[in-house]
Amino acid sequence: MTTPSAALAPAERAVQLLGSDLSEVALRRHLEGLPTVDAVGLEARAAALGTRSIKTTSKAKALDLTIRMIDLTTLQGNDTRGKVRSLVAKALVPDASDPSTPRPAAVCVYGDMVGNAVEALGSAWSAGKDSGINVAAVATAFPSGRASVEVKLQDTRDAVAAGADEIDMVIDRGAFLEGNYGKVFDEIVLTKEACRRDDGSYAHLKVILETGELVTYDNVRRASWLSILAGGDFIKTSTGKVQPAATLPVTLLMLQVVRDWERLTGERIGVKPAGGISTAKDAMKYLVTVAETCGEAWLDPHLFRFGASSLLNDVLLQRQKLTTGRYSGPDYVTID
Amino acid sequence: MTFLEYAPAPESTAILNLRDEYRLFIGGEWVAGSGTPFASVSPSTERQIATFASADEGDVDAAVRAARSAFRQTWGRMSGRDRGKYLFRIARILQERARELAVAESLDNGKPIKETRDADIPLVAQWFFHCAGWADKLDHVGLGANPQPHGVAAQIIPWNFPLLMLAWKVAPALAAGNTVVLKPAETTPLTAMLFAEICEQAGLPAGVVNLITGAGETGAALVRHPDVDKVAFTGSTAVGREIAKAIAGTDKKLTLELGGKGANIVFDDAPLDQAIEGIVNGIFFNQGQVCCAGSRLLVQENVHDTVMDRLKERMSTLRLGDPLDKNTDVGAINSTEQLERITRLVAQGVAEGGEAWSPACELPAEGYWFAPTVVTGVEASSTIAREEIFGPVLSVLTFRTPDEAIAKANNTPYGLSAGIWSDKGSRVLAVADKLRAGVVWTNTFNKFDPASPFGGYKESGYGREGGVQGMQAYLKAGK
Repeated sequence: MTTPSAALAPAERAVQLLGSDLSEVALRRHLEGLPTVDAVGLEARAAALGTRSIKTTSKAKALDLTIRMIDLTTLQGNDTRGKVRSLVAKALVPDASDPSTPRPAAVCVYGDMVGNAVEALGSAWSAGKDSGINVAAVATAFPSGRASVEVKLQDTRDAVAAGADEIDMVIDRGAFLEGNYGKVFDEIVLTKEACRRDDGSYAHLKVILETGELVTYDNVRRASWLSILAGGDFIKTSTGKVQPAATLPVTLLMLQVVRDWERLTGERIGVKPAGGISTAKDAMKYLVTVAETCGEAWLDPHLFRFGASSLLNDVLLQRQKLTTGRYSGPDYVTID
Repeated sequence: MTFLEYAPAPESTAILNLRDEYRLFIGGEWVAGSGTPFASVSPSTERQIATFASADEGDVDAAVRAARSAFRQTWGRMSGRDRGKYLFRIARILQERARELAVAESLDNGKPIKETRDADIPLVAQWFFHCAGWADKLDHVGLGANPQPHGVAAQIIPWNFPLLMLAWKVAPALAAGNTVVLKPAETTPLTAMLFAEICEQAGLPAGVVNLITGAGETGAALVRHPDVDKVAFTGSTAVGREIAKAIAGTDKKLTLELGGKGANIVFDDAPLDQAIEGIVNGIFFNQGQVCCAGSRLLVQENVHDTVMDRLKERMSTLRLGDPLDKNTDVGAINSTEQLERITRLVAQGVAEGGEAWSPACELPAEGYWFAPTVVTGVEASSTIAREEIFGPVLSVLTFRTPDEAIAKANNTPYGLSAGIWSDKGSRVLAVADKLRAGVVWTNTFNKFDPASPFGGYKESGYGREGGVQGMQAYLKAGK
């Protein structure tokens, strides 16, 4: 197999990798030829990684890293401008009692709140640069994705135009489960194109698989591979609206996929578990899994994120405990 | 320090309350042995843990007489229901003292605490619970109504799973109504002594369980003793053969669990990531000191390179070091003799054309250590593809067709275990049916359950432990 170049557009690269046209048959043959997953074995491996004991210096490192990897999120129907302002304020100063506390990678909001978030961030907004806090927006008729392609693309363009640095799109799970891989592929390619800004740069594209609706691990592997093939910069487990959301085995599997993709193409794709990760202890299990599956290079907010809302406060409490030697309580960190 | 090195997370030994010297446990008493005491050292530090008495022929005789008298007077007469109560009590105490036992086992054997904590000790308790349940249901083991115990069981166990092998031997023997004299291995006697304390704690009648420590001569005297009815041995094939010879012509019953050279067969449609884990678990669990280890990897030729690349990458994340650290994956080799044997066999494998590879890994200055090793370019005729190494050394062979895989897997004097990795159910069943091994795992490896019989073909021994068959080994048909 020739190694496709990352410089190619996704469709061309996919053709090179598949060694044929992008027909439904070729896509299917490619995806179904991927290694299968043994559920018992995958879950056993994830459980084993979850028993690593992270203490002292490693723990301090892990806590700060976790904060830097968080996409601080509010995705409620009743989100207000005030709620988003509070979220941004929390991102700017996660722990007023300790100015050395790092900031999260991004705030993640609905598309209509992007402008509001950008404004609230002010000079701390990264505006596509490498420093500062990103604004991530869910788009493409999140969370169900049940709308026409035009609506989904317009949703994306609106968010990008309002200043979104990152777009979290959902795949069409119905099409995927019908075996209509081409449709899923095309939508990702089109959404990626909709992430293009006027200056020619692109907002980062995170592709949400909603693994709880794909159900089987084989489906998760195929959907992950398909999303990367179509040009996704990140693969993300869940919207947070469907149970089960992120689990350690699913995240491990997705990490194995990006590791395999790097081996094949040299290109590094990010992974974002989202939904249900609420404790520092859980977050550390994910970090161990990242490091032992893809290597320490992946312990970087460019390649791994947590989609979470309540995780930050538990990490802050753990962090305070490491500094002071005592546990405080939930009233010693701020709510949103 | 990088994150992946992790900060040390050692388990505390403060929970242990060890004596400096241990005596023999005979007839419910701690008695001095007549032989020369010996020390047990911790393989990871070479530091002495305690000294242990050595039983000579006279001590062995006293132990067998104590067992006989307990069999006649208490245990052999007791109802199954009452025996079950004692066994359940022991099982519960084992659970209560699980952490202490895990630390002691790790200290004495050199295996990682995460294995003793998550595998060995839970299985030990499970074995006692399982057999306790059998004690009042012996009419259902398949030997007709009212099956009878043999009497006095002489049991000799190895050093690789000291307490687990004790449980495999003692639990079914007691459930069936036998009394026992057990000799643990001389390099790992510690947890057997703790088990004696647990028997006291459970109020087990005196003489039902007798523990004698010592070297090979002690075991030989035990096997030869005329008043022993049943012999059970787990250990090397060479010693097993001597035992079989020694008791030939007597009416002693015998079960032998001996060596192995398990084939782990990976087909090209295997769930690869899980197969890699299975290969790692198959050969590096307990530093490969497992008689059913998957020490011969048979890989389908078209995925050989992929599997090797992934395996080597995975091996690079194995953490070798202090067995008491909760993050240690690979601990110390049990003894200097064993380390020498492994070193010699790997050197021979390389001399015969194999290519040995180990991840970059620093071996501690003290203790007995051998880095996880994979040897490629091995042929079916190579010494390391035939002899049991009993260490963290994987020999890799290839095959092209299922028939070839089966032929190569069966081409060994042993037949204890085998593994198959494939996503195709029909192939798994067809291949499993043709493998001459006591246990065949599919898409997993090294899984044990008290309800599942375990034992070997050919030079891996005879008789079964675990399950209904394991209970039958300690019973004869009722009159």
